[in-house]
Amino acid sequence: MSKDIRIKRGLALRLKGEAEKQIVEAPRSKTYAIKPPDFHSVVPKMTLKEGVRVLAGETLFYSKYTEEVKFTSPVSGTLIEIKRAERRRIVEVIIEAHPTDSYKDFGKMNAETAAPEEVKSRILESGCGAFIKQRPYDIVADPKDSPKAIFISAVSTAPLAADIGFVLKDKVAAFQEGINALNKLTSGKVHLSVDASSESCLKEIKGVELHKVKGPHPAGNVGVQIHKIDPLNRGERVWVVGAEDVTIIGNLFLTGELHADRTLAVTGSEAEDRKYYKAKIGANISDFIPQMPDSVRIISGDVLTGDKISNNQYIGFYHNSITLIPEGNQYRMFGWLPFTYNNIHSNSKTSLSWLMPKKKFEPTTNLNGEERALVVTGEMEEVLPMDIYPMQLLKACISGDIEKMENLGIYEVAPEDFALIDYVNTSKIEAQEIIRLGLDLMITEVG
Amino acid sequence: MEWIRQRLDKFKEPFQKGKKLEKYAPAINALDTFLYTPNHTTQKGAHIRDAVDLKRTMITVVLALVPALIFGMWNGGYQYLSQIQTEVGFWEAFGHGALKIVPMIAVSYGVGLGLEFLFAIIRGHEVNEGYLVTGLLIPMIMPIDIPLWMVALSVVFAVVIGKEAFGGTGMNILNPALTARAFAFFAYPTYMSGNKVWVSEASSVDAVSGETILGTLAAGENVEYSVMNMFSGVIPGSIAETSTICILAGALLLILTKVGSWRIILSGFIGAAVMALIFNALPSMGVEGNNLTNFPWYQHLIVGGLAFGVVFMATDPVSAAQTVKGKWIYGFLIGLFAVMIRIFNPAYPEGIMLAILLMNVFAPVIDHYVIQANVKSRKKRLSGATQIKTAV
Repeated sequence: MSKDIRIKRGLALRLKGEAEKQIVEAPRSKTYAIKPPDFHSVVPKMTLKEGVRVLAGETLFYSKYTEEVKFTSPVSGTLIEIKRAERRRIVEVIIEAHPTDSYKDFGKMNAETAAPEEVKSRILESGCGAFIKQRPYDIVADPKDSPKAIFISAVSTAPLAADIGFVLKDKVAAFQEGINALNKLTSGKVHLSVDASSESCLKEIKGVELHKVKGPHPAGNVGVQIHKIDPLNRGERVWVVGAEDVTIIGNLFLTGELHADRTLAVTGSEAEDRKYYKAKIGANISDFIPQMPDSVRIISGDVLTGDKISNNQYIGFYHNSITLIPEGNQYRMFGWLPFTYNNIHSNSKTSLSWLMPKKKFEPTTNLNGEERALVVTGEMEEVLPMDIYPMQLLKACISGDIEKMENLGIYEVAPEDFALIDYVNTSKIEAQEIIRLGLDLMITEVG
Repeated sequence: MEWIRQRLDKFKEPFQKGKKLEKYAPAINALDTFLYTPNHTTQKGAHIRDAVDLKRTMITVVLALVPALIFGMWNGGYQYLSQIQTEVGFWEAFGHGALKIVPMIAVSYGVGLGLEFLFAIIRGHEVNEGYLVTGLLIPMIMPIDIPLWMVALSVVFAVVIGKEAFGGTGMNILNPALTARAFAFFAYPTYMSGNKVWVSEASSVDAVSGETILGTLAAGENVEYSVMNMFSGVIPGSIAETSTICILAGALLLILTKVGSWRIILSGFIGAAVMALIFNALPSMGVEGNNLTNFPWYQHLIVGGLAFGVVFMATDPVSAAQTVKGKWIYGFLIGLFAVMIRIFNPAYPEGIMLAILLMNVFAPVIDHYVIQANVKSRKKRLSGATQIKTAV
């Protein structure tokens, strides 16, 4: 039986610079990179040295503490550089791509009839294990766990995010095969949520419990959906998989090869060619966008949760959009006066922006203030549609009070669920960072 | 504009990190951010941020206070002048009041902000904007003739003992402005109560006197003001508390901008009305009340500091309850206790001050139980889930 989800609390930010609904073939990048920092809490252990040739799907590195989880090359080429930062931490594994891809052959397999163990080892062997993340903690899943359910969100509500329903419309067959494979990984259900506002191409998918989701951001966040469908308790594990990643897993079983396809949306008010590109994971952004001056912020991902990157860098492993917005490093005279500068959006009503519900805003990266003590109450609850007290949870995280964090629901949240709290809070508190540190503390203390 | 910016940047140079005046940076930053919203950009977390900040929030409250303040200045002059002459011009009255009140505001801001700057420098954090509101509230809830040194002393007590001792803005348990008033009330009762303090010059000019309505009722005498007088505020009282209509105008701004909690304001008035109605009902139950208990419930809402307290003091987010349910309970109890104190103990006609301070202390307890309900439901879910597991 499906359970439809209606979210009331949240914030649908309307921003300028949506991508046109048109998919074009991206030029092949000269170099691709897998960035180990994208996999939170994974300590990479390289299996290859610089200078070797790799096939698409060949292992580059694995996780030191869960060796089964492998990270593979998205393209075939030559491993040219292992970029390290301070304390020899690996930050980028760069592959110079060959003109055409040759794939490592894993052999075709029918996921529906194969044994669960075979399916699991195939997924891990090909590097698709990296697509599977676990809640709580929002980290790459440990294959030794048995999750009580698997959740897939095919709803995008984040401002300017790629429309995942649009991206998947030609990939339904692969998606179905991916679902078949995922069904082998859990004894529980596979939950798929789709946008209730439009006719979804995924409504015929079999082997899932379908949920129709309606409401403003963060309704599309898988964490919010889990909270509404089957909330997490202490000690439980669920797995989540990105919607497009399901098709990569599906293609793995259909073709026996790892096709690390990623449809990227180029968005944001500073972007010129705003459309969707067919690309590969780890692509270099210089293929999609021209060199940007310092006055533009390049974001891998969306404006709320993405990473800041610079020209010629690489798109993040889980990201499916590149967002370009103006930097806001300008002073504003008397910017604190209420009802002035109404072109800057505010969820509070101290800016008259709420009188323009149709207007698409063009935000910059300015903080619009400075960090202050937590004073204002009630504003965080407005954008977190969960049965959780966000300010109290944040305070528990800051003070590192494990019991309190547990009681207040730390297992049910991920940093991305607090992204809107980053945005709206008057005190300019970095809520996502606080939650991430809180989760890390839980990993070390509780595991 | 560009010129001012350049001069400021040059002026700020010796205050930068590593330079010799570094530790005074919070003071200079406070001035700078007053002129300009800084050019800081997001470095982590969400890349875009809401236009609101604490300065904007606090200034909105200050704006909401302006109608009551202006009325208070006029009324301060009018209450005095109308007793010694037959005709009172607007500017004459306003000028008289302003002459008394503006120095109080100046003293309050001067002393209070000085302390805030000092603590910011000692503790090495930025100056928080909370005092912009507190500093204006303190004179607004004092009697008009209070000596300036008492204002200054009350401010010192409120900022140092009421706020900084607890860790500064956001950490205080009691509302700082009410802490200042409570300090003055108990330290200098002759300046804070009686029938010689509510009208300007009443203590020095024999012909002038004036008792607040609650004081009159407590003394068992009859009130000679009309309901319209009470509602518009042409009555003696603390500087800005008298005009319900101006306070409601401020409340409207607070509620529309979502800066003040409408839940607290509404439930505060409901609580007061409920308590007053209970007392009003005494005669029908065969108990003979007094002037205070028989005072009509709706008039209880518009006299004394009740409206001002509920709208501007109870809504202080730091000392109020923080949860939605908690806010309803907190506001309701403030209204309830305010009327109860003013009726049961005529020595403290200003029940609202004590009611809010009392509920400030209990706000964390209210929140605790509200949150505990959430914790319990989570634990119940957990035990339900483990039961299923063991059954399988």
